[in-house]
Amino acid sequence: METFIQQVLNGLVLGSMYSLIALGYTMVYGILNLINFAHGDVLTVGALTALSTILLLQGLFPGLPGWVLICAGLLAAIPVCVVLSLVIERVAYRPLRNAPRLAPLITAIGVSIVIQTIAMLVWGRNYLTFPQLLPTAPIEFAGATLTVTKVLVILLSAIVMIGLMLLVNRTKLGRAMRATAENPRIAGLMGVNPNFVIAATFAIGASLAALAGVMLAATYGVAHFYMGFLPGLKAFTAAVLGGIGNIPGAMLGGLLLGLIEALGAGYIGQLTGGVLGSHYQDVFAFAILVTVLIFRPSGLLGERVADRA
Amino acid sequence: MRVLLPRLSQNRAAVWIAIVLVAAVLLVLPFVVGLLGNAWVRALAFACLYILLALGLNIVVGFAGLLDLGYIAFYAVGAYMYALLASPHLTSTFPWIAQMFPSGLHNAIWVVIPLGAGIAALFGILLGAPVLKLRGDYLAIVTLGFGEIVRIFINNLNAPVNITNGPQGITLIDPISFGSISLAKTQHILGITFPSVHLYYYLFLVLTLIAIVICVRLQDSRLGRAWMAIREDEIAAKAMGINVRNVKLLAFSLGATFGGVSGAMFSAFQGFVSPESFVLNESIIVLAMVVLGGLGHIPGVVLGAVLLSMFPELLRHTVVPVQTFLFGHVVIDAEVLRMMLYGLAMVIIMLYRPKGLWPAPEHGVNPASRAVAQRA
Repeated sequence: METFIQQVLNGLVLGSMYSLIALGYTMVYGILNLINFAHGDVLTVGALTALSTILLLQGLFPGLPGWVLICAGLLAAIPVCVVLSLVIERVAYRPLRNAPRLAPLITAIGVSIVIQTIAMLVWGRNYLTFPQLLPTAPIEFAGATLTVTKVLVILLSAIVMIGLMLLVNRTKLGRAMRATAENPRIAGLMGVNPNFVIAATFAIGASLAALAGVMLAATYGVAHFYMGFLPGLKAFTAAVLGGIGNIPGAMLGGLLLGLIEALGAGYIGQLTGGVLGSHYQDVFAFAILVTVLIFRPSGLLGERVADRA
Repeated sequence: MRVLLPRLSQNRAAVWIAIVLVAAVLLVLPFVVGLLGNAWVRALAFACLYILLALGLNIVVGFAGLLDLGYIAFYAVGAYMYALLASPHLTSTFPWIAQMFPSGLHNAIWVVIPLGAGIAALFGILLGAPVLKLRGDYLAIVTLGFGEIVRIFINNLNAPVNITNGPQGITLIDPISFGSISLAKTQHILGITFPSVHLYYYLFLVLTLIAIVICVRLQDSRLGRAWMAIREDEIAAKAMGINVRNVKLLAFSLGATFGGVSGAMFSAFQGFVSPESFVLNESIIVLAMVVLGGLGHIPGVVLGAVLLSMFPELLRHTVVPVQTFLFGHVVIDAEVLRMMLYGLAMVIIMLYRPKGLWPAPEHGVNPASRAVAQRA
């Protein structure tokens, strides 16, 4: 039972981060029908920028408390990610908006490779230690242990997601985003500036990715140039699981995927009598993806048709 | 030969002269390039393997329009199949196999190539069957997932039963030999000395030429036309009586065979395989070859494969000296620069030459319908 609660909590932590990343994918996909392959790499850049800022501040003002450093790291990471994401959108996606669908996908892969190599050149190819800035004393909860960082990850993700829901459902920008997702041309006729809405979507997605990147690095204590790729891929899976283009779907999908992975990794050894171990964790995400796409291509909460072609 | 050189086909003599000239260039090439060092001949041999891969992927992506981001899995399947069948790994792990083959597992190329093709085709069908209904980006992500699953399994199947030897990979793989002539040794034929890499180059060249002929014949066949019909409009193709399911499965399995054969050859050439050779980046590089060369156009694909596979060799010989000359030390190593340039090339070519460097000539497409297709 303790294993179960522990794995559920781990799953929630992992799942919150997947949800945050998945939101970036799902919002962009909802509007442009484009898998933004570079999203995971934006996350990497966010985490590494935060790390550099924190190390710089630690060097300049050795006495600063941990939470100030984390906040400063986030405040540095978010603008960097937003600018990066806007540049990507402007250079690589906007000129191809009316091209065949394969074209933007390939530029997206290209952009992802370019960002990875640039990150490798700037920050090196080694795993970097992300300092433990928040108290590491374990918190006992129903027989399982948590850390302050993990509790914060869950709470902060919940707050951000509620904020995002309010933004999308209650504000003028949110209405414009929904209208553009529905039909960009008609939205344009109604006075919405689609370029602005698309840029805003990328900016929001990038800020969420920056947040998720800092969380990932803070939770696991490491950062490196490739750290965003696999979480990015899994978050896309989460977005598909929830129903791509659907914002609550991305949140639900992320949490579910996190839980499935954590529980799967925790129990696969017992279930298979030790034949398969927890290093098959990464297989779950892809197996789920394939299953969902075969049996319910519109995802759990999705109403849209999976493929509009 | 008419299909290979349509424009020259009126003049039989010109066709034969062209063929003889190309053949002579290809035969002499390793000796000319070899003057720069055997590393270049090795790069040529690898270029042939990449042409095989690119042609196979071109069937799936270029002809049938199914974007496959996990293509390298078939390469891995072929490579591991050869590695297991022609190395001491299985006999030393399983005593019962050692009893069955007292002299160890060794297989001739006549067994390996069809077997590699067959097993890869089987994997192609296994992958293809569940994803038949998916299109576009979804298919890309699922195939990417399959590619990763295959790699994760190869990486971890050293326990509880040691099949793939995990991350260490399989070593001591037999080189290819024809009877008593082993391609791993320098051979003297008719007074000419052929180093091992040259021999492999000739073998791979022959396979590549066979693959090109197969692809050209496939392209104009009933099946090839069915693939292109599906690529352009699946519903219309179905309405014209094409069995979409079977035709798609054929695309996956035939595409996979090329990957399987190429993988088996890679394994024999290297003498060593490990999961590291089959990462996602390799799939992307092969895709880049197909896309940059000219999606669906065989000469373009061959050009793309040759350019992109020879390019790292060129970088290796230029980047380091140029940087030491300019800065006094190496700032960016060749491997990193290569990936960055691949990425940039994918972006720039999609923006400015979306049909690739050597695109298929457009015939039978009237401007009006193209405008409609672009707007959709």
